[in-house]
Amino acid sequence: MNKTINQKAWLFVLPVFLLVAFNAIIPLMTVVNYSVQETFGDNTFFWSGVLWFEEILTSERFHDSLGRQLMFTFSILAIEVPLGIAIALTMPRKGPFVPVCLVLMALPLLIPWNVVGAMWNIFALPDIGLLGYSLNALGFDYNFTRQPGDAWFTLILMDVWHWTSLVVLLSYAGLVSIPDAYYQAAKIDGAGSWSIFRHIQLPKMKRVLTIAVLLRFMDSFMIYTEASVLTGGGPGNSTTVLSIDLVKIALGQFDLGPAAAMSLIYFLIILALSWVFYTLMMRNEDS
Amino acid sequence: MRRRTWIVPTAYIVFLMLPIYWLVNMSFKTTNEILGGFSLYPKEFTLDNYITIFTDPTWYTGYLNSLAYVGINTALSVAVALPAAYAFSRYRFIGDKHLFFWLLTNRMAPPAVFALPFFQLYSAVGLFDTHIAVALSHTLFNIPLAVWILEGFMSGVPKELDETAYVDGHSFWGFFLKIFIPTIAAGIGVACFFCFMFSWVELLLAKTLTAVEAKPIAATMTRTASTSGYELGLLAAAGTLTIVPGAFVIYFVRNYIAKGFALGRV
Repeated sequence: MNKTINQKAWLFVLPVFLLVAFNAIIPLMTVVNYSVQETFGDNTFFWSGVLWFEEILTSERFHDSLGRQLMFTFSILAIEVPLGIAIALTMPRKGPFVPVCLVLMALPLLIPWNVVGAMWNIFALPDIGLLGYSLNALGFDYNFTRQPGDAWFTLILMDVWHWTSLVVLLSYAGLVSIPDAYYQAAKIDGAGSWSIFRHIQLPKMKRVLTIAVLLRFMDSFMIYTEASVLTGGGPGNSTTVLSIDLVKIALGQFDLGPAAAMSLIYFLIILALSWVFYTLMMRNEDS
Repeated sequence: MRRRTWIVPTAYIVFLMLPIYWLVNMSFKTTNEILGGFSLYPKEFTLDNYITIFTDPTWYTGYLNSLAYVGINTALSVAVALPAAYAFSRYRFIGDKHLFFWLLTNRMAPPAVFALPFFQLYSAVGLFDTHIAVALSHTLFNIPLAVWILEGFMSGVPKELDETAYVDGHSFWGFFLKIFIPTIAAGIGVACFFCFMFSWVELLLAKTLTAVEAKPIAATMTRTASTSGYELGLLAAAGTLTIVPGAFVIYFVRNYIAKGFALGRV
């Protein structure tokens, strides 16, 4: 759409700008402020320059949490995106089951995150949980509170349960926007289901899939509540991802300087990676 | 092959329902039965857990608090996002693209980063432990989302609609309120739904900014778990009740939900 140039449009944007700035800029400045100062807990602060940044960037603890975070994010993306596409492709396009499917699939998205964690905790308990009990009855030695491997399995399964529907719903929205004529043309050309997918369905889903990946990337990189209720970062530190580590440092140990420096580094990583996705998305939109 | 494809979505839905079933199952059990061992369905069916929640003010005020701040947040976010989204979809102005991306960056800010500064900010302005504080803090990610969704829907409305209205002698606000808003009613519904959703599921900020007066139900649950032992049945009942409002609102937007997740850009 060609837009008119009109500087008065700023007036329309002003309320949004002021509200978001209040919530975003003031706290961000607080964080920046802490990140360059040293305190001994008596409300006197000393300039410390980039000390905390150096400390965080060279600390093994940060590297480990970042590594776990990347492993978590890429695992869930690798599972949720293909699975979501597969489910969207096999869903009925019309008929009475469509709304039923959509409502049931969207349900996990509307459950408060700590309830998701608590629910999965109860579900996976080895003695009284359906999942834990069944796995042990089948002969697996499963205990997510003791074995790191099991904790990871449960954490990833929980995220797949929680968020795959987002990919399904987005892909589905892309699929139903394809006119029937496309399929008829493909049928006349004798195209198989793979080439229909490759040349008709995938290109139509490209834009919504970029949004899905962007949203899943950002949200999984910030995962806190569900994971902290389910495993609390344990056993040991085996599932301590970035947000859990950050809250431990900031609110657990009250180390404001290092926590602030870590916050900024953390935020910048998300920002940089999201910017890449955003640019890709906008390029799709323009073409 | 084509006939059997229904197996995939069906299996997926069964997988989705299993943990929910388990939660509901637990909520109808007595604590003794839960701790007594594994059972697929409640043998000593009880409604005590639900009765406790509906009669004990520390529990049910949690629900009312949550609904209060979610309601304020949704109304506020959508109200300010409407004109802004209109500006983004119709006009070009200095800094528009940067502003749009800056709004999105707030959707990327991990709540864990903001928890402590938010606590200090809202304590300093005297709003700590009020519904307004939680509602305002949630605008951080809900306003950008609402602007994005509404902009997507508004861009789908041809500009000729605006121009015809002006030719017919409508003033800008007359057109905006009487013609434009009804045209994008579906988009507004979807934006409300998403604001509701993200405010309802968020806990970290809601918990950090409240103590007693505005404590959300989710926080009541975590505190119960840690203080008075582990009353799983009660916890399960409270959890089950937090699913109900979500299920209720999904039903209203079921036909638009996918478009909403695509931020109106399908």
